[in-house]
Amino acid sequence: MAVASLGVLALLVAAVVLGPFAWHMPIDEIDFSATMQGPSLAHPFGTDDLGQDLLARMLYGGRISLAVGFAAMGMAVLVGVTIGALAGISKGPVDMVSMWVTDLFLSLPQLPLLLLLIYLFREPLKAVFGPEGGVFVLIVVVIGCFGWMQVARLVRAQFFSLREKEFVEAARALGATTTRVVWRHILPNALGPVIVAGTINVAGAIIAESTLSFLGLGFPPDIPTWGRLLFDSKDHLDIAAYWALFPGGAIFLAVMAINFVGDGLRDALDPRRVL
Amino acid sequence: MGAFILRRLALAVPSLLGISVVLFAVLALAPGDPFAELATNSNVPPEVRQHLRATLGLDDPVALRYVHWLAAMLRGDWGFSFISRVDVTALIWQRVPVTLGLIGASQLLALAIAIPVGTLSAVRPYSWFDRIASTIALAGFSLPTFFTGILLILVFSIKLDWLPFVYRSDVEATGWAAVVEHVRQAIMPVAVLGLFQGAGWTRYVRSAVLDVVRLDHVTTARSKGLAERVVVMRHILRNALIPVVTLVALQMPTVFGGAIVTEQIFRIPGIGSLLIDAILRNDTPVIMGVTFVFSVLVILFNLVADLLYGLLDPRIAYR
Repeated sequence: MAVASLGVLALLVAAVVLGPFAWHMPIDEIDFSATMQGPSLAHPFGTDDLGQDLLARMLYGGRISLAVGFAAMGMAVLVGVTIGALAGISKGPVDMVSMWVTDLFLSLPQLPLLLLLIYLFREPLKAVFGPEGGVFVLIVVVIGCFGWMQVARLVRAQFFSLREKEFVEAARALGATTTRVVWRHILPNALGPVIVAGTINVAGAIIAESTLSFLGLGFPPDIPTWGRLLFDSKDHLDIAAYWALFPGGAIFLAVMAINFVGDGLRDALDPRRVL
Repeated sequence: MGAFILRRLALAVPSLLGISVVLFAVLALAPGDPFAELATNSNVPPEVRQHLRATLGLDDPVALRYVHWLAAMLRGDWGFSFISRVDVTALIWQRVPVTLGLIGASQLLALAIAIPVGTLSAVRPYSWFDRIASTIALAGFSLPTFFTGILLILVFSIKLDWLPFVYRSDVEATGWAAVVEHVRQAIMPVAVLGLFQGAGWTRYVRSAVLDVVRLDHVTTARSKGLAERVVVMRHILRNALIPVVTLVALQMPTVFGGAIVTEQIFRIPGIGSLLIDAILRNDTPVIMGVTFVFSVLVILFNLVADLLYGLLDPRIAYR
């Protein structure tokens, strides 16, 4: 199952990366003579209410949706590993404070805060990074900031058990500094669960971005992410069901494939959980 | 037990304070000056502007402004909506019951699915039932709520025309007909949220039960000759549900997120759709108020979960 999902995921990535080179239809060509047409040879996924080609928009939007997913995961893992490692190596007050912050973040209502942050910071970032880049940076940072807690807890737990192991003690006895012990000995051994959590994080980030776009508060309307396509389609469900089914199906497929891969990785990397 | 409840209540206060600090920090860091308009207006002399700023406390140090803000929030003085000129607290209170009803009903549905299915899967791991249930559960929680909502509308409202897809609070019927109508329009939103949560929790219940099944006291219960039903209900499930309660509490923020999306899809007049409307219309006091209410609700549910935990596992309460 996990291997098959990896294949599906690879196909999706290949499609959105290479697809626009093979399918030359522009994403924003408005054609009022061909609005809301079902799937046909000229437009395999049909067209929307402005006659824009949905396949081209799907391929382009997939790039953004997947890029947000992976970038936000990178951000979350970076923050999570840093905080988890700090807490795990320095007992006492540092550990206590960072775990309190982690628990606090876990009990924040994420979607309302995401919406609030985007509402407050969208305009100024647009001015700095441009309309597309600004929203991208904002969404990645904000989603990343709400995804690191699980990673931090895992890393801390790993550090607690690893730092008492003999090989770490041996390294320390040989005169290795704390930094070296952390980088060369503990961290590489703690990465297994982090990889699993990171994989699941990608799925969460893709859903989070799609949710924002679906509520009309993600990327601006001229940038078609999968969530945005669903948002545009939801008022035309009765005549153009295909318009909602393609992007929704793509989100579902991507998220499910990632979750299956995550499950498979967990079984492979963490033999304790297998029964 | 009394001391335990008090301790938990005391622990909730710092989390609430922490959340209020986060909210205030977001607000304080956000760009934009309420007096930007006055600054460019040449009819207002700079001295007047300075005086206004000083009397409204805008030039105070951040810490002092936070204390003022928190005091106002605690007094229930949340300001007025920019759009409707209605008191924010009134606006929110009017809509909270709808959201709580939606969440409550969907959580019950989720538990009604997750506990039996998860237990059955775990009692016979790697059987056909387990495989099918696990696959469906994984698929189920990969389906985002906004897509299931659209799919249900497509199938049940548009193709089959069985259920209404816009929620109406003013049903034109009385007596039983009105009740039926309310139930009919609640089916899809509750199903969307409940099925999503149920799928996730099935996985939790399954792994929690798997951990308990192997323990010695279960073997003892079986060798005493107890009926399988009694073993599962009294010896396995009661122990397995303890960690599940914690996981359910941890899921609360996700549940509220799902409620916002569901309310938006079905146009349910709860606080989630209030939040979205407020954001689309730049109605800052309402946005802050609703976010604060969501935070308080999350903490409240965490507290309830903690107390339940103490009830299920007396060892915790005495520690």
